[in-house]
Amino acid sequence: MCSLALFPPPLPPGQTTLCESNNELLSGANNSEERQDSSPLSLHFPRESLKLHSRTESSSKAAFLDHSETLWMRSAAAWRDGGFTGLLNEVTTSHAEVPKWLSVTSGCILALLRWVSSFHGSLHPHVTLSSEDMISEFSQVLNWPDCVVRAFAWHPHTDKFAVALLDDSIKIYNPKSSISPTLKHRLQRNVAAVQWKPLCASMFAVACQNCLLVWNVDPCSLSTRPSSGCAQVLSHPGHSPVTSIAWSPSGSLLASASPLDTAMMVWDVAAESCVPLQRIGGGGVTFLSWSPDGSHILASTPSALFRVWETRMWTCERWPCIKGRCQSGCWSPDGSRLLFTVQGEMVIYALTFSGSPEVPEESPEQRTEPVFFIPYVEIFKSLALMLLPQQMMTEEITLSTTDLWKICSILLQRPKDLSFLKKYSLLCPFL
Amino acid sequence: MFFSATHCCFIRKVIWWRAAASIAWSVLLLPPTTAVFVMLSNFSFLHPIQTITDCLALLTSASSVFSFILLGGVVIMVGFLTLEYYTVIPTIACSKIALLGQLLQPRQVVNSFAHCLMGMIVGWCCAVAVGHRYETLGYPGKSSDGHPRMCLNEYHLVFLLAGAFVGFSHSLLGVIHNINYVSFHTVQQYKYLHFKGSLPLVVKCSSIQAFYAVRNFLVVYFFLGYIPKTWICKTLNLHLDSSVHPLDSIAGVVDLSLLYHLWISATFLLFTWYITLLLFRIFVTEVYSFPVQLTFTEDSHQCLPKVLTDNQPMILKFLALQDLALLSKHSPSRRREVFSLSQPGGHPHNWNTVSKECLALLTDLTQRLATYHETVATNGRSKSLSSGSERKTSSETSVTSSSEDLMSPRLAFPMKTPASVFARSIAGGAHSPLTAPFTPDLDSPFASPALRRLTAPMDQCSPWYGSVQSPHIMRRAPKLWSTSTESQVSGSPPPSPALVPSPKQEAAKPSFLAQFLQNRKEQVKSFMAKRVLIMYLLNKLPEASSQALFADSQAHIWALEALSYLVQASFTEDQYGVVQTTLPSILSSMLYLQEAVDRHFKLPHASSKPLRSTNSMEHFTYKTLRFALRATLKTAIYRITTTFGNHLKAVQMSAEHRKRLQQFLEFKE
Repeated sequence: MCSLALFPPPLPPGQTTLCESNNELLSGANNSEERQDSSPLSLHFPRESLKLHSRTESSSKAAFLDHSETLWMRSAAAWRDGGFTGLLNEVTTSHAEVPKWLSVTSGCILALLRWVSSFHGSLHPHVTLSSEDMISEFSQVLNWPDCVVRAFAWHPHTDKFAVALLDDSIKIYNPKSSISPTLKHRLQRNVAAVQWKPLCASMFAVACQNCLLVWNVDPCSLSTRPSSGCAQVLSHPGHSPVTSIAWSPSGSLLASASPLDTAMMVWDVAAESCVPLQRIGGGGVTFLSWSPDGSHILASTPSALFRVWETRMWTCERWPCIKGRCQSGCWSPDGSRLLFTVQGEMVIYALTFSGSPEVPEESPEQRTEPVFFIPYVEIFKSLALMLLPQQMMTEEITLSTTDLWKICSILLQRPKDLSFLKKYSLLCPFL
Repeated sequence: MFFSATHCCFIRKVIWWRAAASIAWSVLLLPPTTAVFVMLSNFSFLHPIQTITDCLALLTSASSVFSFILLGGVVIMVGFLTLEYYTVIPTIACSKIALLGQLLQPRQVVNSFAHCLMGMIVGWCCAVAVGHRYETLGYPGKSSDGHPRMCLNEYHLVFLLAGAFVGFSHSLLGVIHNINYVSFHTVQQYKYLHFKGSLPLVVKCSSIQAFYAVRNFLVVYFFLGYIPKTWICKTLNLHLDSSVHPLDSIAGVVDLSLLYHLWISATFLLFTWYITLLLFRIFVTEVYSFPVQLTFTEDSHQCLPKVLTDNQPMILKFLALQDLALLSKHSPSRRREVFSLSQPGGHPHNWNTVSKECLALLTDLTQRLATYHETVATNGRSKSLSSGSERKTSSETSVTSSSEDLMSPRLAFPMKTPASVFARSIAGGAHSPLTAPFTPDLDSPFASPALRRLTAPMDQCSPWYGSVQSPHIMRRAPKLWSTSTESQVSGSPPPSPALVPSPKQEAAKPSFLAQFLQNRKEQVKSFMAKRVLIMYLLNKLPEASSQALFADSQAHIWALEALSYLVQASFTEDQYGVVQTTLPSILSSMLYLQEAVDRHFKLPHASSKPLRSTNSMEHFTYKTLRFALRATLKTAIYRITTTFGNHLKAVQMSAEHRKRLQQFLEFKE
């Protein structure tokens, strides 16, 4: 059990941690203009400058005149748009044209389906959410629907980062070049997470509402609007919305998760093929975190259960929580310790994994221990967890009440001291 | 002798036992599958309990036991055929005619015939299992004048024929889709979990494919059904019952129960066979852990370095490479063995063998790519695109190349004819040393057949292709030598008698010969171009040559992974510095390969993605191997550069490579 006395006290209200420099967290008043003037590379994304989607695609239907089509055409369109339930809906609503028995039958089937899905919904309440609500519920960002910056990712090796904005575009910033490419794609909607591919200069994956996109942006290219041909689309039926992605640290595999799909997908990105790793129970997968040594993946589910996969033979351990779902987690750099938080509890748990099989494993009860008691999680909501690689064995952990998302949305500042990045591994920025 | 015997024994242990286990499992899975099939085929909504009792009675009857034995035999046979025909390097046909050639190979014909026969047997079993009107071939009926006679039960016949058709189409589609190709998974899973995970896919694709197969069968039967029907009637002395609708008519076919039974039988057939295939794939690609080093020399043929250097059988080499890649990634203790020194002498034999083999693989691929690029640059589009004026002159002066351009505007690499090489060099003069036709490198696989004929007149009486090639060429010819099919065909049809010139005379006057050949070639070409069918058959499939080039790239991918992980580990684990001696050559061969791969991906069609369909049992990985190779290569170089960082500046290498490596160090690639 560590003590919180080791750490700096929480900031007084109104103050926000703005950046880290030389291993120190610098705080300041929550005032954007001040910092913006002082910093050389500050980014500001005013909400007005973003072209937001005023209406969704389905609502644009109203702008067109109603055009009467034959029943067959409408049924085909309904099948295409809404699948089986759409077809049934269409048949039921157009009872003037279809024979009575057909419309009655389809109405009955529809009611049955709804009853079953409501049963399913009572089992797993999250399936009744709309996909946007689901992303905002399960994404690692606070206030996702309204936040201008929806996702943010540092490149693991070099000084650049990608920012996903509210208007579904992604910008890449590199302090060494003045060109910041803006990436847009037809399928790039409701970005929940962005992650750069390790051991690669140019690729990063984007978790979108209906698919995964893997962008390949040439770092030497001078284009500011790379074409959508640079993006690979990875999609699998039933695997949407994607709320979390994780690259393997060796850069060969990409794992993706969707709260509606009980299978976690492991993609071979170059071949665009995926292996679904299905486990019943939990109702979906919401959050993934690959350990830095590549040996384990944390996969949390919307119910009070999470799994830890081992990545050699892809078997998993089940870890039921008592209070609520596992909200977030991060790994120590050697992959031996997992810290995670549970919804509704102000505690960070640690889980120890023995790396080599020679070491006898501890029993699960011994392995879980609350390491911190944090009373002010509720106040500050968001929390950055950092592990120092040098001190990983002593379990010394720097906790800070950084509201990094606010920093991102207000100003994005490079730490002046670049050695900071080399020294720290920012494992899991946002809890 | 002794060595080969033990070696064979080892192969038997590894491969055959795995195949046997997979076949045993598929036979064991047969009873439940059959039970489900019988249930589904006899199910009636109105009498569910009666259905179940009926099914149980049927499953325990004597005839069903006999069917079980037959089905088990069929599954074993399918398993053996899979074992016989499987391959880890797919054969990729570069044109339609090559595909046709593959289909008509005697080996393949035997395979198709066997599948056809087994399909018929399964069809019979299904007919018996479904029962009722399908059960027997003949039934006692009455003729129009009231005499009792045996009539043909057409339903039974349709089942038999449908089984045969589905079996046949399965084997044909298998060739087209490379179903015998066994690919290795990047995600290792336990066999049971892997099987469980793939089961839904198998069910889905067997039912979809059964649907299409039944549809095609009905079309064929509608038009040609009378042939087997009359033949059966004649040989077995059966009669056609005129009171029932014949099934090769619209009224006979629109019978929902018949269609359902046909479909579910075809699904059953395909399902059992796909399960056999799936189990075989899972078992045979399972990781085999080879010992890196053994204390006793008798078993040294089982060691990883020994197996790696052996080329036969290919699957063993692949398994060894897979094991090497995995051990370099996961297992520090086995890595230590690789880095260790031999006890008397202190030589790093293990590392030397491993690195030499991996580097040889990479160099081989680099060379292959370079030669391919050369041919494309000499004959193909990329050359002419680079200088438009040259292209114009060449197309004006030689009808050959212009007609080529016209006919195949969208082809990646227009078919390279020896004549076009001649034509260009004669008309416009050689623009690059590569096009100089009269100093051909006979050892190169890309020297055109015409040239080889020219300079090697003694080959005249031999067939037009094949025997001319040196063993070196023979090894690669079907993949690389893209002119082969062309020259085969242009040499074979009747209207090209002039293609056989008297060699001695012409060898003395090469320019005359060239002119002559060109004229003849033009004639043949224009003649052929008028035949749409021939052009269709000869047209190169886009990206096929690129796929063929990278067909065995799984080996290269593992070699790259193994090397990069071992080099990464050597930074901390290599006590004796054995890796340091080979580090420059590893880096340079990776960078050479990177250059070659980059150049290859600049060619048209090389970077276009193939269409994927998820409803199929075929493995698509071979179509995307080149992308996987490109990604792995880059990751491998980055893995080394991020581990060693600025230490790499001390490594000896050329200035060009240093520059390239600097790019990698700065993350600008």
